[in-house]
Amino acid sequence: MSDLEAFRAETREWLEANCPPEMRKPVRDEADVYWGGRNATFKNDAQKAWFEVCRDKGYTVPEWPTEYGGAGLSPAEGKILRQEMSRMGARPPLSSFGIWMLGPALLHFGTEGQKQRFLNEIARGEIRWCQGYSEPGSGSDLVSMQTFGEDKGDHWVVNGQKIWTSYADEADWIFCLVRTDKQNKYQGITFMLFDMAGEGVSTKPIKLISGNSPFCETFFDDVKVPKSYGDDIPGYVGEINRGWDVAKYLLGHEREMISGAGGGDRTAAIGAALKRNAGELDAVLRAELAMFDVDALAYSAMGEKFLDELKVGKAHPAQPNMMKYAGTELNKRRHELMMAAGGSLALEWESDETSGGKPARNWLRTKANSIEGGTSEVMLNVISKRILDLPGA
Amino acid sequence: MPLYYDDDQAMLAETAQQFMAEEGAIAKQLRHWRDRDCKDGFGHGLWKQFAEMGFTGMLVDEDDGGLGMGHVEAGIVLENIGRNLTPSPFLSSSVLAATALKHGSDDVRGRWLPGLIEGEKVYSVAIDEGAKHRPETIACKAEKSGNGFKLSGKKDYVVYGASSEMIVVAARTSGGDSDADGITLFAVPQDASGMSHDSVRLVDSSMASHVTFDGVELDGDAVIGEVDGGREVLNKMLMAGRVGAAAEGCGVASGAMDMTVDYLKQRKQFGKLIGEFQALQHRAAHLYSEVEIARAVTIKAAQLLDGGSEKADLMASVAKAKVAKAAGLAVKEGVQMHGGIGMTDEYDIGLYMKRDRALQEFLGDMYYHAGRVAEMSGY
Repeated sequence: MSDLEAFRAETREWLEANCPPEMRKPVRDEADVYWGGRNATFKNDAQKAWFEVCRDKGYTVPEWPTEYGGAGLSPAEGKILRQEMSRMGARPPLSSFGIWMLGPALLHFGTEGQKQRFLNEIARGEIRWCQGYSEPGSGSDLVSMQTFGEDKGDHWVVNGQKIWTSYADEADWIFCLVRTDKQNKYQGITFMLFDMAGEGVSTKPIKLISGNSPFCETFFDDVKVPKSYGDDIPGYVGEINRGWDVAKYLLGHEREMISGAGGGDRTAAIGAALKRNAGELDAVLRAELAMFDVDALAYSAMGEKFLDELKVGKAHPAQPNMMKYAGTELNKRRHELMMAAGGSLALEWESDETSGGKPARNWLRTKANSIEGGTSEVMLNVISKRILDLPGA
Repeated sequence: MPLYYDDDQAMLAETAQQFMAEEGAIAKQLRHWRDRDCKDGFGHGLWKQFAEMGFTGMLVDEDDGGLGMGHVEAGIVLENIGRNLTPSPFLSSSVLAATALKHGSDDVRGRWLPGLIEGEKVYSVAIDEGAKHRPETIACKAEKSGNGFKLSGKKDYVVYGASSEMIVVAARTSGGDSDADGITLFAVPQDASGMSHDSVRLVDSSMASHVTFDGVELDGDAVIGEVDGGREVLNKMLMAGRVGAAAEGCGVASGAMDMTVDYLKQRKQFGKLIGEFQALQHRAAHLYSEVEIARAVTIKAAQLLDGGSEKADLMASVAKAKVAKAAGLAVKEGVQMHGGIGMTDEYDIGLYMKRDRALQEFLGDMYYHAGRVAEMSGY
């Protein structure tokens, strides 16, 4: 048996022994997702047990080094773990923007001190992070952002406003793009880290067309951000005024995440499930579903290829933009078809039968997929310029 | 297995790319034979070179003198064939017929494989009956006659049929036309009496036959595999052929796309390179995305096939359908973005459109395979 086969057998056994049956059921609502953080509560004992056993094994962030709270798995081992978890339907033990976004940025740009502190906190689910990027006047044109940090020697005083801050009202800390040089557009932004409990930070949830409020407006009113949190722990990532490099790197990760490249529901075929719900399908709907399933199954192969190539540095650096574009457009189509197959039942907004209007709310939610993290149009611009090398793009 | 080429495959890709760009180039092969109204529709000299490169017998087992490679490797050759629009019996002979022959007796393999491996002989397959691919229904009949069989019926879209030394024919030896069982595969030699070809030139300049079998007498040793048990081998041929056609389609798509993107960087209108217009940029970027996805699922299907996975059949259909979508888009956008020059015979982009059209129909089009995906998924 090869090492990897042995690892697979071992992993399967470990998951069988440690993943509670309740944690092998599909995620139904927001409370089924454990986000961690200072004020986190568990929905039930199974969620707590699953989180803790994974945390102790480093499986909240399996591919991070062990000294930062991970399990130090190789890319091949990480893929096996994901496959085995997906095989048994195991839920992620911990979800967080720390894992998906800040973590990769710190692994790439962070100091040793930052990694020791922040990565361990993320891996152990102790601190819940949110992302401060967009501003009311800076959406697709993110680099035009105005939130300003005035240099006061050992700290900055930050004033301004962010928008579309995911779960800012529940987050403990924020990683935030702040302008520190008004003369220099690209090299005048610093990637700051600070506590949301600090004085001058306030948040206001935004109610979306889905009726839910996963995003906030976040206001900074003379917020004091230290330049250092201790020995080798700067209050910013990378260099001062070079935060745009970190932001760009991170956008790549965000696009991968939104693209659903890792597989799961967002890349699965849906035709069979919809027939079970809808009974007989109209011939033309069946045809549309079949064409959708072709695209979805093909895209799942693309996701696998992309991740495989990413791990060995074979992926084009701008490929996440393609994944994000294709993945989000596909997901919107998926929910259009689910609504069509669902008929009038899928219109219900509050009924128990629909778990509180889940089909309609999810359908509306997907409309943001091709807007957040860079619109589809921006993705196409980037592909044109960086992959196809088209002129003047 | 990661979804990219390993070192050996990457090396093969480089070799195949170079070889096909030089020897299989459009001017040297497709236009050359077309403009001479060649009745074969391909060059035997190039087929010999394929043999020297080891391509012809790449799927044949090493024990039978082949290279024992898999469908990922065959796909590499086919992608380059597609990219250069190289007219070649490779898909029919070295993928489809070779897959059938793998299941033949020692005698059958000994009779037909050496000629294929050496590039001396060209084979074809006769599956379709009618203008659309419907392999679930096979009416062409082979009745017991003495020690052998008597074959009667008609087959269509037999690619390079008239130039083939042997044709693998799927015929019915028992049951009704739409029964899954009761199919037998026969290796029918070119000189079989009672077999006639109506050989026609297709839109892409390739040649294909309507073949009529009028009581063709066949020995028992013409049978490939088991009498009445041919469906399983036929399905294997179809999977291999579909994944192969998908790989060739990826080549057609990326060839057309690259040519088009290059053109966007050269052609000026309104005082600008047309590639500066966002209306064209976005369409080109969308096309890129579709072609990338098509290539990914094609490699995935080939890997599943090589690994003997149960999912191979489903993914072969997904790949064939997805490539059809992507390649169809590539050639249509290609002609449109080239503008007037894209409509001229002199310019190559139209040749991509023609080849794509023929490849779409080969072994089932996008609609057929999407329907199959639905059926296999249970709806």
